[in-house]
Amino acid sequence: MEMKERLKIPRQPMPEQEAKVRARNFEEVPLGYTPETAKLEALRCIQCKTPACVEGCPVEIDIPGFIALVAEGDFIGAAKKIKETNALPAVCGRVCPQESQCEILCVRGKKAEPVAVGRLERFVADYERAQGAVSIPKIAASTGKKIAIVGSGPAGLAVAGDLIKLGHDVTIFEALHKTGGVLVYGIPEFRLPKSIVEAEVDYLKKMGVKVATSHVIGKIATVDELFEEGFDAIFLGTGAGAPSFMNIPGENLNGVYSANEYLTRSNLMKAYRFPEYDTPIVRGKNVAVVGGGNVAMDAARTAMRLGADNVYLVYRRSRQEMPARIEEVHHAEEEGIQLNLLTTPIKYIGDEKGWVKAMECLRMELGEPDASGRRRPVPVEGSEFIWDVDTVVVAIGSGANPLVQETTPGLATNKWNNIVADEETGQTSREGVFAGGDIVTGAATVILAMGAGRKAAKAMHEYVMSK
Amino acid sequence: MSARILEKEQLSDNVFKLVLDTPKIAKKRKAGQFVVLRIHEEGERVPLTIADADAEKGTLTIIFQVVGKSTTHLSEMNVGDELLDLVGPLGKATHVDKLGTVACIGGGVGVAPVYPITEAMKHAGNHIISIIGARDKNLIIMEDEMKAVSDEIIVTTDDGSYGFHGFVSQALEEKYLLPGKKIDLVVAIGPVPMMRAVCDVTKKYNIPTVVSLNSIMVDATGMCGACRVSVGGKTKFVCVDGPEFDGHQVDFRELIDRQRIYLTEEKECMNHFCTCKQHGKGAL
Ligand SMILES: Cc1cc2nc3c(=O)[nH]c(=O)nc-3n(C[C@H](O)[C@H](O)[C@H](O)COP(=O)(O)OP(=O)(O)OC[C@H]3O[C@@H](n4cnc5c(N)ncnc54)[C@H](O)[C@@H]3O)c2cc1C
Ligand SMILES: Cc1cc2nc3c(=O)[nH]c(=O)nc-3n(C[C@H](O)[C@H](O)[C@H](O)COP(=O)(O)OP(=O)(O)OC[C@H]3O[C@@H](n4cnc5c(N)ncnc54)[C@H](O)[C@@H]3O)c2cc1C
Ligand code: SF4
Ligand code: SF4
Ligand code: FES
Repeated sequence: MEMKERLKIPRQPMPEQEAKVRARNFEEVPLGYTPETAKLEALRCIQCKTPACVEGCPVEIDIPGFIALVAEGDFIGAAKKIKETNALPAVCGRVCPQESQCEILCVRGKKAEPVAVGRLERFVADYERAQGAVSIPKIAASTGKKIAIVGSGPAGLAVAGDLIKLGHDVTIFEALHKTGGVLVYGIPEFRLPKSIVEAEVDYLKKMGVKVATSHVIGKIATVDELFEEGFDAIFLGTGAGAPSFMNIPGENLNGVYSANEYLTRSNLMKAYRFPEYDTPIVRGKNVAVVGGGNVAMDAARTAMRLGADNVYLVYRRSRQEMPARIEEVHHAEEEGIQLNLLTTPIKYIGDEKGWVKAMECLRMELGEPDASGRRRPVPVEGSEFIWDVDTVVVAIGSGANPLVQETTPGLATNKWNNIVADEETGQTSREGVFAGGDIVTGAATVILAMGAGRKAAKAMHEYVMSK
Repeated sequence: MSARILEKEQLSDNVFKLVLDTPKIAKKRKAGQFVVLRIHEEGERVPLTIADADAEKGTLTIIFQVVGKSTTHLSEMNVGDELLDLVGPLGKATHVDKLGTVACIGGGVGVAPVYPITEAMKHAGNHIISIIGARDKNLIIMEDEMKAVSDEIIVTTDDGSYGFHGFVSQALEEKYLLPGKKIDLVVAIGPVPMMRAVCDVTKKYNIPTVVSLNSIMVDATGMCGACRVSVGGKTKFVCVDGPEFDGHQVDFRELIDRQRIYLTEEKECMNHFCTCKQHGKGAL
């Protein structure tokens, strides 16, 4: 096809489940490209010599390289190309904030719309899996070095994938009974089907990675005890999973959840399929979700799917400041989530049995910019009002998981209890101990955690081989 | 980790004891800690206190009361069966010290978690007064085990069918506190109303009192906040900050409310379980 014609192809839309229908089921919202739409979309890429898009990708996928293969119809080849640098393309193609990473830098975005890099990435990974064509890469000869990875989130999985290929003996220790970190307990099924995460972990297992679930490091064994057991290096990828609350009156009333609890019950424990699964969840009719990030969107959309009549998102700043992905806010609004911006709760009111029945809120207005550069919300005096709700989900962020820090002497942490680690190598203040992902940066993104994991893997390889 | 059941014993009408093969946890655990288990893929994560352990044999004992679906299911498992997974030891260990005289009080199935603490306190050189109680004679568990690690023991029953007629809190007050006997620490574990009653008594006499809380949990690693309780006006997570707290600071009212969050669902789950059993399906 001529370049002129290629430039005329519009960005291929993603087919989706209809909003009304999907708002009441847990199946995936976007349905994925067909081979035909994928090829068309791939033809939109002009194969830049110095591709700007690659700079936006924290793991530097050869984006024009894999897209050229898609255009030729070599989908399996394209998947292999991506997997040279990204072990979890089916995950990243779904949950990466592409609009602010690879796609924002795409030159085609200047005049028209950027190439749909994420959608193509998702397509080839799904295609490869559906064909049963996932092949196990070559594993280097055994080095005899033992690596322990603490936490099976994207950071830990990335480290495992890289180090097993280099011939090390790799064991992942995971506190929960399932692997994947936030990918299994936090991000809902309708955005990231759990079977995909399982397939990715199975792939690592096939390469020889050992997985020890239900092992809480700091309890069953400390970092020092892992060294005594013969591990040569340890990676800490324990995440930012400790939920924050606002410390306002009534926050411990029945029906007030942290987003982590709400999402963990629904995703990890499959409470949305209660009583087939044993773990219950409160199915509220009037649900307020407090916060404006991806986590709040996930909680709000989950509440809708659990059968709520009204789901209100309560956020203290305006739409511009919302940290959630635009796509997710859009999806949420389509599904009937009601945004209540410039509003903040100050108190939860309970009934005589200790259940939340209402929340008292304040209206806010935007003042001067604060440390984050966003305009600071300031309360409007006398604007208190009361609003009936039967369930509240608090999604205002989360802090560092603490158990490893408490039990590892000499491990430096900052004032938020995040582990201090070198940005390029993941090296911590303890010899042989590396760290990366949310436990170092605070809550961030899947691909940043994976990027940190890959850098740490490189440094860990050098460290154990020079020992 | 999966874990095989090595021994099973019925201690009373609705209380069972299981001995599990789990060498790693048996070696690491300390008094006051607990485990979380899952029986099958669709199952809940069930927290249970480690009632005893044998590091050499690599075994761990749990004692539980049948109250709903998961504990019913657990009570129907047999020697040789495997638990799907078991994680532990979780929670902070009891602070064990030589203090003088320690009163260890257990109510109902709460005697099981109080036993390892009593043993550790005895081992540390304390004079141990044990008070264990239940509704009636048939529900008293672990009397011999408790006797073996105590200097004095009182058994109470609410209906007077055995031992002291009345609640453990009454026995404590009448036999020890009113007569002015010196007690340096009280450890009380059992149903929330019992722990609250003991704390009400010990507060009057200004005796430090430790309670072990059994709030509802999900992950039990500090990640969800399901287990939160107010202690001295501050929110604490029972799974990582506890399970033991200063009983005089605990908001028991809130704890009782929070334990009842899922009453309706728990009934529904139990009914579903029974119906499935009758039809011979479900995860049994
Ligand atoms: C609801 C939600 C939605 C999100 N949506 C997006 C999105 O759309 N796009 C995006 O890019 N990012 C998203 N994020 C953020 C992203 O998921 C995280 O940045 C990423 O998962 C961090 O990876 P990690 O490997 O550092 O940690 P985690 O994924 O948090 O994994 C840490 C793992 O370590 C385990 N662990 C902790 N302590 C111990 C211990 N002591 N011993 C053993 N194991 C331990 C934990 O159980 C957990 O499994 C979302 C986050 C949440 C909560
Ligand atoms: C740290 C800790 C230690 C415990 N130790 C023991 C013990 O040694 N022996 C013993 O018999 N029981 C113990 N429990 C209580 C035990 O976990 C519950 O009885 C059990 O989970 C009930 O499950 P079920 O499905 O049979 O009952 P359900 O019908 O689900 O619930 C009955 C009642 O049990 C409580 N409960 C339900 N789910 C949970 C949960 N996930 N976590 C905690 N409580 C819950 C609630 O108060 C509920 O009303 C402990 C709890 C905690 C938190
Ligand atoms: S991994 Fe994420 S940032 Fe990188 S190319 Fe894929 S979607 Fe873009
Ligand atoms: S910047 Fe856009 S057009 Fe250029 S290579 Fe990357 S995806 Fe293709
Ligand atoms: S049970 Fe989840 S934080 Fe305690």
